[in-house]
Amino acid sequence: MSAPGRPLDPWQRLAALTPARIGLGRAGSGLGTGETLRFALAHAQARDAVHAALDEAALASELKKLGLDSITLASRAAGRASYLLRPDLGRALDAASRAALEARADTSCDIALVVADGLSASAIAAQTAPFLASFLPLAQHHHWSLSPAVIVSQGRVAIGDEIGALLGARLSLLLIGERPGLSSPDSLGLYITYAPRPGRRDGERNCVSNIHGAGLSSTEAAARAAWLIDAALARGLSGVALKDESASATSPRLATDNP
Amino acid sequence: MKRVVYRHVIGAKSYVFEDLRDLMAKATPLRSGDQLAGLAASSAEEAVAARMALAELPLKTFLSEALIPYEADEVTRLIIDTHDGHAFAAVASLTVGGFRDWLLSDEATGETLAKLAPGITPEMAAAVSKIMRLQDLIAVARKCRAVTRFRNTIGLPGTMAVRLQPNHPTDDPRGIAASIIDGLSYGCGDAVIGINPVSDNLGVLGDLLKLIDEVIQRYAIPTQGCVLTHVTSSIELIARGAPVDLVFQSVAGTEAANRSFGIDLAVLREGYAAGLSLKRGTLGQNLMYFETGQGSALSAEAHHGVDQQTLEARAYAVCRAFDPLLVNTVVGFIGPEYLYDGKQITRAGLEDHFCGKLMGLPLGCDVCYTNHAEADQDDMDGLLTLLAAAGVTYIMGVPGADDVMLNYQSTSFHDQLYIRDLLGLKRAPEFERWLQEQGLTGADGRLLPQVGAPRLIASLAELVA
Repeated sequence: MSAPGRPLDPWQRLAALTPARIGLGRAGSGLGTGETLRFALAHAQARDAVHAALDEAALASELKKLGLDSITLASRAAGRASYLLRPDLGRALDAASRAALEARADTSCDIALVVADGLSASAIAAQTAPFLASFLPLAQHHHWSLSPAVIVSQGRVAIGDEIGALLGARLSLLLIGERPGLSSPDSLGLYITYAPRPGRRDGERNCVSNIHGAGLSSTEAAARAAWLIDAALARGLSGVALKDESASATSPRLATDNP
Repeated sequence: MKRVVYRHVIGAKSYVFEDLRDLMAKATPLRSGDQLAGLAASSAEEAVAARMALAELPLKTFLSEALIPYEADEVTRLIIDTHDGHAFAAVASLTVGGFRDWLLSDEATGETLAKLAPGITPEMAAAVSKIMRLQDLIAVARKCRAVTRFRNTIGLPGTMAVRLQPNHPTDDPRGIAASIIDGLSYGCGDAVIGINPVSDNLGVLGDLLKLIDEVIQRYAIPTQGCVLTHVTSSIELIARGAPVDLVFQSVAGTEAANRSFGIDLAVLREGYAAGLSLKRGTLGQNLMYFETGQGSALSAEAHHGVDQQTLEARAYAVCRAFDPLLVNTVVGFIGPEYLYDGKQITRAGLEDHFCGKLMGLPLGCDVCYTNHAEADQDDMDGLLTLLAAAGVTYIMGVPGADDVMLNYQSTSFHDQLYIRDLLGLKRAPEFERWLQEQGLTGADGRLLPQVGAPRLIASLAELVA
């Protein structure tokens, strides 16, 4: 419907200044049918993103094309309901996964590469390969050794600590699907943790957030991640003591939504 | 700490509650955060047994049995040291169950409840709320009155205010201004024009404060502005001469949880004093703005084995010490591990509103949910309608209900129009008059059909041209 009585200008001009839903017009006191249904669609997409299952095989085959081997593991959260209600279970590997990692010989590496579904498997499906395509050449340039990609279902951020420790990695780089917003259902987040081990606190990680089509680009995210990893390995720490001073056009959003 | 075991027998089964904390937690209607903490009742019958035992408990027990030890927690000390025994005398002989009955009776008028408020501890409010149904929480809260003033009058009978929340994902001043203009055109903003900034850079925060101040001053809007940043940043901004109207802080119900927020009572006192020193209020000097929410203490591992709803009420004791202009629970923001679905969010929102009002606070509510909670717009419509019936002091106004910075859904400019129309709720009177003078609303307070942008909107739009 048209905005009753509202001329296109200045509302069109104002609406161009923000992604917020302004200048919507009204039907009585409520929203018009078109806006009501557009909102319902955005919410449905965000909900579907939360509940979508990670297609590990498809992801592994995409990573293979980038020259990366994969290991597929699971957290102790048995399903989505358990994942949502028990954050502690999503932070730990299940027994079989732990045993599988322990059985691997000589795994020491610079970077444990972990890919966890988090709160948006669709973010992982959409953003992982483009990000790694930009990141891998930078890692090669720095001569960093990488673990195989560890794909974890029902994983939260801190699961990278256990995995990184079991692999004997100097640092973990964890890719995770972020809490979906209405306007960004497939947003990827990166967490970098120096000397990963269970018990690390969030203040000991660096985060690059909001990686999606309308947010931070894969190329820029890769550059920022490489800068942070280089600085973390050089200084022997990560987290609040390591400020992002990479020469980047835009500043990253704060990571307030730790999945 | 004094420990008393509580028991309740149902049929052949004797339920034992190991102390008052345990009794309170198990009496709490089911929610995921208490289950996560391992505090919830293990069966439906146990929960009712706990409620029955709690109903028989003398109210004054809460003055001698602290849920969190006096020595260990400054919030407990604040509660006990500022308790008004004279005000409490009116209900001192009652049990928790008797207190519920009294609250529902005609004896408990707005006036008697206002006099009683300083005598009610958060634990008493939480206890009685646990044995109340939604209709009780609504009926009693509606009788409570809390009126506060800065540049307008918030909380008068028959009114509901709205915080205009014009957040932007990169703090872009023109983008924020665009949302402010939109919100004003819907008659929003009498509670506060309040921005959640992305940045914690003092330069950016100062610029946002100047932006709001310029809009308020240029158009002589009878309202107040706020950038919702850490209290220590507000103190620093005040020292640098920034136009700070309201001093904001998130608070919780235990000393340890507050420390995880980087605050204690001393720094809140400092922030309050800094705000007062500017004397920017024209009608009054209520200038603190607090946000709270069930689950924050557990999330900070600072809950002392106490259920999340009781801890939320304790946060109101912190708020009460600073004569705030505004307090709101951000009820559905924390996520499903604390409040799982629409049912739990609805109950929590009404509990929080009731407890805050009973304690004498101007309680508002961010009626909201995240996309990983089992909730949707229907749940929000329900909670908004129930809270407005309960006399909620204010709600949020977010463009199209979609906060593009915080990634959650709250109430929209349209939602507040709906509830005003439904229940005949007016805005703060000074703001209501201003809207009429600007030609945005008619004498009945309803929006006028906007044939061509009214002068104000056209002029405001020039600001961002």
